[in-house]
Amino acid sequence: MKRTVFRNRWLPYALVAPQVAITVVFFYWPALDSVRLSLYRASPFGDRLIFVGWGNFARLFNDAAYVRSAMTSVVFAFFVTVIGLALALVLAALANAKIRGLGVYRSLLLWPYGIAPAIAGILWLFIFHPSYGVLPYVLSFVTAYQFNWFLKGWVAMTLIIVAAIWKQFGYNLAFYLAGLQGIETSVLEAASVDGAGPIRRFLAITFPLLSPVTFFLFTLNMTFAFFDTFGLVHSVTQGGPGDATSILVYKAWKDGFENLQLGISAAQSVVLMAVVIGLTAFQFRFAEKRVNY
Amino acid sequence: MRVFSSRSLSTAVLVVAVVILALPGIALAKTEIVWWHALQSALGERVNEIAAKFNASQNEYEVKAIFKGSYPETLNAAIAAYRAKQAPHVVQVYEVGTQTMLSSGAIYPVFQLMKDNNIAIDWNDLIGPVKTYYSSGGNLYSMAFNSSTPILYYNKDLFKKAGLADKPPATWDEVEAMAKKLVAGGAKCGYSTGWPSWVLMETMHAYHDQPFADHANGFDGLATTLKINGPFGVKMLELLQRGAKEGWFTYNGRLNKAEANMGGGECGIFTTSSAYIGNITKTAEGKFAWGTAPLPHMAGFPQGNSIIGGATLWVMKGAKPEEYKGVARFFKYLASTENQAWWATTTGYLPLTQAAVKTMEASGVYGKNPHLKTSVTQMNAGKTTPNSQGLRLGNYGSVRDAIEEQMENVFAGKKTAKQGLDDAVAKSNDILKEFAALYK
Amino acid sequence: MARAVEATATVGLAVTARRRRRDWSGFTAHAILLASVAVLAFPLYYAVVISTQTVGQATSLPPRLLPSTALLQNYAEAWQRAKMGRLLFNSAVMALAIAVGKITISLLSAFAIVYFDFRGKWLVFWMIFVTLMLPIPVRIVSTYEVMTQLGWVNTYWGLTVPLMASATGTFLFRQFYQTIPDSLAEAAQLDGAGPLRFLWSILLPLSKANIAALFVILFVYGWNEYLWPLMITTTPEMRTAVVGVESLVPRGGSQLAEWNVIMAAAVMVLLPPVAVIVVMQRWFVKGLIETEK
Repeated sequence: MKRTVFRNRWLPYALVAPQVAITVVFFYWPALDSVRLSLYRASPFGDRLIFVGWGNFARLFNDAAYVRSAMTSVVFAFFVTVIGLALALVLAALANAKIRGLGVYRSLLLWPYGIAPAIAGILWLFIFHPSYGVLPYVLSFVTAYQFNWFLKGWVAMTLIIVAAIWKQFGYNLAFYLAGLQGIETSVLEAASVDGAGPIRRFLAITFPLLSPVTFFLFTLNMTFAFFDTFGLVHSVTQGGPGDATSILVYKAWKDGFENLQLGISAAQSVVLMAVVIGLTAFQFRFAEKRVNY
Repeated sequence: MRVFSSRSLSTAVLVVAVVILALPGIALAKTEIVWWHALQSALGERVNEIAAKFNASQNEYEVKAIFKGSYPETLNAAIAAYRAKQAPHVVQVYEVGTQTMLSSGAIYPVFQLMKDNNIAIDWNDLIGPVKTYYSSGGNLYSMAFNSSTPILYYNKDLFKKAGLADKPPATWDEVEAMAKKLVAGGAKCGYSTGWPSWVLMETMHAYHDQPFADHANGFDGLATTLKINGPFGVKMLELLQRGAKEGWFTYNGRLNKAEANMGGGECGIFTTSSAYIGNITKTAEGKFAWGTAPLPHMAGFPQGNSIIGGATLWVMKGAKPEEYKGVARFFKYLASTENQAWWATTTGYLPLTQAAVKTMEASGVYGKNPHLKTSVTQMNAGKTTPNSQGLRLGNYGSVRDAIEEQMENVFAGKKTAKQGLDDAVAKSNDILKEFAALYK
Repeated sequence: MARAVEATATVGLAVTARRRRRDWSGFTAHAILLASVAVLAFPLYYAVVISTQTVGQATSLPPRLLPSTALLQNYAEAWQRAKMGRLLFNSAVMALAIAVGKITISLLSAFAIVYFDFRGKWLVFWMIFVTLMLPIPVRIVSTYEVMTQLGWVNTYWGLTVPLMASATGTFLFRQFYQTIPDSLAEAAQLDGAGPLRFLWSILLPLSKANIAALFVILFVYGWNEYLWPLMITTTPEMRTAVVGVESLVPRGGSQLAEWNVIMAAAVMVLLPPVAVIVVMQRWFVKGLIETEK
């Protein structure tokens, strides 16, 4: 389709200038500087630099603490994504009927999106509090086990996973509901006449038809869990107990801003950049396929 | 006519009033001194108070105290400001940042500042460990301000319940014996500690005249090797590993997270910073009786001294000479016996001079609150040796992380004490060597 | 004949069963959705309840789930202690500036990309696209350096400008503009209207819905940003609300946490973005769907 364009020599440049300027100064320059800095050992005041090439990266991948941090991030992202999507999908499937007021429900479920992860963390921190939180109190009737997240790493992980899932839940549910409503009921009815039970219908028809939504939500939740949960960890567990909840983003910040190891922190940032590029590439490759549906 | 003259009269009055009000501004433009600190809430108010008192005591300089966040945040801000050539005059830096500051080339040593401004301070009256931590070659580089040292706390009610006399443990053998009895008597935790590395590794080595790192703990040159995997360190951790296994030692986390357990009345014996006195006084009020004592000693090892923590005031380069004169005057004010005594009494931090200690003694402060004296007594009873001057480590924060990581492995029984310490040393040496390489 | 009867009966049964299933499923749907709404709302409900209790009530067991009377005191205390007025102001400045700035800049860039042919157009396009792969954690240490050099640390400029370049906004508008019939632009040109006139009088009014959608998303984003304000601000006066609430939660456990005050602060901070979502929820949903394409 031939597009009408305006003929103007300098105007387009003026129009894109603000975006380009900000992008170059605040995205590219620091990103390239991160890459550069990751090749050096730097003093806290930044006045001394020693070129070490791959040294920082070698150090990172040989550091048990860093590997642990990567595992923590992966575990965290996995649980937040898988449990979050599974819950949302099951509930959406069960709730998928022609009922009135779906829009009302949707808005009642979406509002946690407006809560910052850090605030969500504080709310759940109180609910999980070992001394007077609702959750340990209720659980104390079931078992004598101490659910003390100050001390037990897995309890702390559970806390941040729950807070993250909670915040994202309505969002996932809304997309699945929309996806389900878009599936032709005739297909499902035909299957049920054929004798397929509800579960069979779901697995053989609904779920595959929803796979674009699933993949989309998958990359979104993974990205969220990797990158947007810094506030959650910083305000609630500070990476603790020990370093049980020290996700990659948190560790990169801590090494840079608390331990003043600028080169190592930059190297961690570069690794994160690789993760983002991977996730984005994955998402866009899949977005192509989505068009076929 | 009358109207005119009343109008011009009021104008005249107005002009005179304006001139009178402006006069102070014209006559006395106070030189401003910017002070960045990291103390909040009640402590922050004391900081504001002392700055206000100084400002009121003279009319040439005005100290502006600005709260910049936590210790790491304040340090970061100072570094950024220095690089942008907008550094504050004075910045409060925690002990972890000592080597960072010393190697930075960005500071104006305090002894030099005072000499250049012909203001004398009796450095010899400073309490030993306070002075040595921040001195090189006998000269003080940063102004001692809020210092604390680890001491022992104990829960008198739990002691009574376990059938123990009201006598705190003086040796680690006694700690073990009493902690076992406390647990048998129903205490949730026999012994625990805050600041695991600072108390159990850093302070304990100095307390027993054991070296922590080479180059005299970094005082003789940049340290590149830790020495904590020697017989003392191993014995210390083996004892606590056994305690964790047998249930009389409970590891309650890094930083000062464990203080919540002590304050909650769970622990019978506890070691942490002397600065905790303020908090425990409030939290334990009406709940349980408690006492303090010097740190326990490990039999078979010599006597050293405990080291300090907390923060000091560093002077940044780049300001004008007349401003530095004001900083020197301010430091002289802070170091006066009267102000030292006031600061120590109201904040619970250590008084920095012996003269201040005597004043507090004389004014009955220690009579009313004997706990404040425990840390002073402990320090005065110790011996200052090369191993107990303090610690100067590059990338100190990362080193502490590495040590605590392995301590946690040992307490959980995942490694032997020797293995854990060897691993901690190996990792820390890498971290230290990195820092040293930058400043060759 | 029997076969036919059988078949009819089967179909009849199936139809009845389906109808019954649908009624039953309508009821289940409501039940599930209501349960989801309740579970999702519980942490917020609990937080509000706690914010009306005294410290003693908040920290005693069993947990009290009904509101108490200390509402005014707690909110006043939280306001005063956290200097909430200033924090909320900072957050508002940040959220509004970022929303307005991002919308304006992306709109202009998209306009240039769609309606002009200029040298370097594709370079600009890809440059903007790549920024999707450079989230803040990837460039933290270096961005701080850049801000230091610009003297923007701890300023409103530093808080807002670097976050004003957005790939998502640009793509949203670009996509939208590509759906606008060419005839409009042609007509404008024939009328002798310049590109800016076209933008102002024709495109902008058409873009209202997209602008509203983007506004909601960006306002929430700007308000809830955590890592950036944490890094960039160094005095309590410049902190944003989400970061400021965190300062009320004591670290290390040696201070007694006043949960009632903390919850009051948290509620004050989460209300504005949640309110924006609820009030503008139609645009919010549109914005979510459009920006995630």
